[in-house]
Amino acid sequence: MAGEQVENRGVKYKSSIKDPGTPGFLRINEVMLLFVPNDPKSDSKLKVQTKNIKSHKNTKEASNKPPWLHLTTYQGRNHIFEFENYPDMHTCRDFVAALDKNDEEPKKAAVSTSTEQLSIKELELRFKLLKENSELQRLHKQFVESKVLTEDEFWATRKKLLGKDSIRKSKQQLGLKSMMVSGIKPSTDGRTNRVTFNLTPEIIFQIFAEKPAVRQAFINYVPSKMTEKDFWTKYFRAEYLYSTKNTAVAAAEAAEDEELAVFLKPDEILARETRQKIRRVDPTLDMEADEGDDYSHLMDHGIQRDGTMDVVEPQNDQFKRSLLQDLNRHAAVVLEGRSIDVDSEDTRIVAEALTRVKQVSKADGETTKDANQERLERMSRVAGMEDLQAPQNFPLAPLSIKDPRDYFESQQGNIVNVPRGAKGLKRNVHEAYGLLKESIVEIRATGLSDPLIKPEVSFEVFSSLTRTISTAKNIIGKNPRESFLDRLPKSTKDEVLHHWTSIQELLRHFWSSYPITTPYLHTKVGKLKDAMSNTYSKLDAMKESVQSDLRHQVSLLVRPMQQALDAAFQHYEADLQRRTAKSSGGERPNGYV
Amino acid sequence: MPSVASKQYSDDVSLLVLLLDTNPLFWSNTSITFSQFLSHVLAFLNAVLGLNQLNQVVVIATGYSSCDYIYDSSLTSNHGNFESRGTGMPPLFASLLKKLEDFVTKDEELSREEGHEDRTPSCLLSGSLSMALCYIQRVFRSGHIHPQPRILCLQGSPDGPEQYVAVMNSIFSAQRLMVPIDSCYIGVQNSAFLQQASYITGGVHHTPKQLDGLFQYLTTIFATDLHSRGFVQLPKPIGVDFRASCFCHKKTIDMGYICSVCLSIFCEHHKKCSTCGSVFGQSKLDEASSVSDKKRKAPHT
Repeated sequence: MAGEQVENRGVKYKSSIKDPGTPGFLRINEVMLLFVPNDPKSDSKLKVQTKNIKSHKNTKEASNKPPWLHLTTYQGRNHIFEFENYPDMHTCRDFVAALDKNDEEPKKAAVSTSTEQLSIKELELRFKLLKENSELQRLHKQFVESKVLTEDEFWATRKKLLGKDSIRKSKQQLGLKSMMVSGIKPSTDGRTNRVTFNLTPEIIFQIFAEKPAVRQAFINYVPSKMTEKDFWTKYFRAEYLYSTKNTAVAAAEAAEDEELAVFLKPDEILARETRQKIRRVDPTLDMEADEGDDYSHLMDHGIQRDGTMDVVEPQNDQFKRSLLQDLNRHAAVVLEGRSIDVDSEDTRIVAEALTRVKQVSKADGETTKDANQERLERMSRVAGMEDLQAPQNFPLAPLSIKDPRDYFESQQGNIVNVPRGAKGLKRNVHEAYGLLKESIVEIRATGLSDPLIKPEVSFEVFSSLTRTISTAKNIIGKNPRESFLDRLPKSTKDEVLHHWTSIQELLRHFWSSYPITTPYLHTKVGKLKDAMSNTYSKLDAMKESVQSDLRHQVSLLVRPMQQALDAAFQHYEADLQRRTAKSSGGERPNGYV
Repeated sequence: MPSVASKQYSDDVSLLVLLLDTNPLFWSNTSITFSQFLSHVLAFLNAVLGLNQLNQVVVIATGYSSCDYIYDSSLTSNHGNFESRGTGMPPLFASLLKKLEDFVTKDEELSREEGHEDRTPSCLLSGSLSMALCYIQRVFRSGHIHPQPRILCLQGSPDGPEQYVAVMNSIFSAQRLMVPIDSCYIGVQNSAFLQQASYITGGVHHTPKQLDGLFQYLTTIFATDLHSRGFVQLPKPIGVDFRASCFCHKKTIDMGYICSVCLSIFCEHHKKCSTCGSVFGQSKLDEASSVSDKKRKAPHT
């Protein structure tokens, strides 16, 4: 099948069935399908890659229709070719069919063995990893497609890569908005006196989180006493009343409508919670700072929501809230974060969930007797006065500081040295010191030697240094830390690095298959060995092909790779020999040692 | 007047700490005499001081049993009323030589007291490195404006492997302080410590071939300050000898055992690490060989 192609002169190309067709020349070969119209001015030239052809249909000879061949591509395009006669069409069709089959076969074979135990999700994951990591893709192409390793073996060592992705998918928790809910402004239409509030579940959640009394009221009243819409209308009416700072009106309306009163009064539930919290606070803590948001205090200070500082009649006191209280409450709720994960539209569910959460946390927080006792003890400890207490004798543990000299000098006794007679050494040393002192005296007397350095010597030194520096520069490069790899041309560098990774992969599989216990491992090792010999020869070829000035360094780089491969080959040969020796058993043909 | 001083301070002010090898065992058999060597070195110091008005030089003598500060150019007592006896010596270095002589006498007394265990004829490099680093640390803490310090190690004695740990510790402290250690080795064998020191701290290592041209080597290679080194190409060694000494026998080894807890190096298998006390398990090699033996027997039956 390879290299064959089909050509046809009298073909008409139709883009759809109704199209009369443009006459032209069709050529199909293994890689590509080319249609060139006879009329050079027409623009229906077509080039399609054969692997994109998904399916083909043709009209039957028996029918009265003209001979058409209909090709569909993976991209969803349709091409219809009208032939002059049926035999032509058949040859074309057969050719296309053969190509299709060839394409599909290897894919099917590869896919069928490995998809037995894989889910689609894992396949997708593998494709994604291959796409992202080009190095991995290269390795995959080299080994799996040349049948050296199977898919499973390839991925077996990379379980970490496959498993990690799923962990990343855990959702990140969203926090609450820091904008205050009460800052929501309604939309007004200028003509009537109506205002419209837009309530989203987000806002409802925040209202319930900040004001437990509202939540409680919601649970109590809806749907028994009023609808949700009425509830919110009343709530916003209460808000409006607050904002008008008209406490007299607020008091009046509260007296009339008991539900409204709930919204206008200070939040009882919150007050109860804070009172409990206060009881549990450490007495040494300064509570002055907390007065701003404590519901149990009088409110004769603090600015109102709109900045005024009116003094209020005492009976209407409860209908006012200060900005500080609102801010603090809101901040506390935002910092606490989202305590429930319920994402539901139904307000009632949200309200109930929040109540449950609060109840649970309250139950946890309730102090048991033991905890109480412990707290009292702790308080008395902290509040104690040191002068009045008895002296405490803490149990002491002595420090053990090791002498660092032990560490440095402990092994002095083990030093092996060229033995010298101790006396001889003493004499040597004494003499040497004498010589040294003489030198110093001499230089003090005579001063610096003149001339300090002979010019010829100086010149020699300069030239040798220059030589050293220039040769070193050629070999190493300007920076001693610079890697030699960077000086290679890019293609060579890539090749070297790719060889490293592929050899690592091969060797990993090779060494893990020893000792050989099953025939499967045996074939695997055989295949690996062939691939390794292949790589070995490639490395040799690369060494030859590199420029002469880089050759030495490249061979230094390549040497450890070849050594590792050699070790593997040796092991393989030795093992093979051992096996054949074992399998041949006691038989010893003549002359065979 | 701090402002004037800061104006005068340019990038290339340097503080050179010179570690001078005064090991008598080395100097008793070299091609160059100690006095010739000293004249090269003193001329070099003069040259360094002449490069910049604010340069400073400190000389530490590395003896056989002790080390000491010999000369500090920033002290004003150098130029004091010292009668220079001879003809040739500039008064700048007269005090240096005097102190050197005193130091050698003291060192001799110490080595006499010490009782002469068998020791490689090495100088006390670890001691002088530590002293140099202490001085440099003091300079760092003296204020914002200070010269850029570097250490130049002029040595001819071979390495003492018993000092491996101490020397490596000093090298790492120098690396931390970002102080390069240059080294000029004038001895016969190769010094692994000095090569490693220069490599790790980013300094220059060179082994001059011609000792009578020592002054030329010193001024060409080691006189450049740290700022100018970015523009000047200095000779670099082709390779570095990274061998370590084992902790048990102080031999130089290139393959050995390492404790996984404290990274101490041993040349032979131990049951317990002598530095950190951790107990080692059975070696993996023994286990693996026994297992593979068993496995190979199985298919045989």
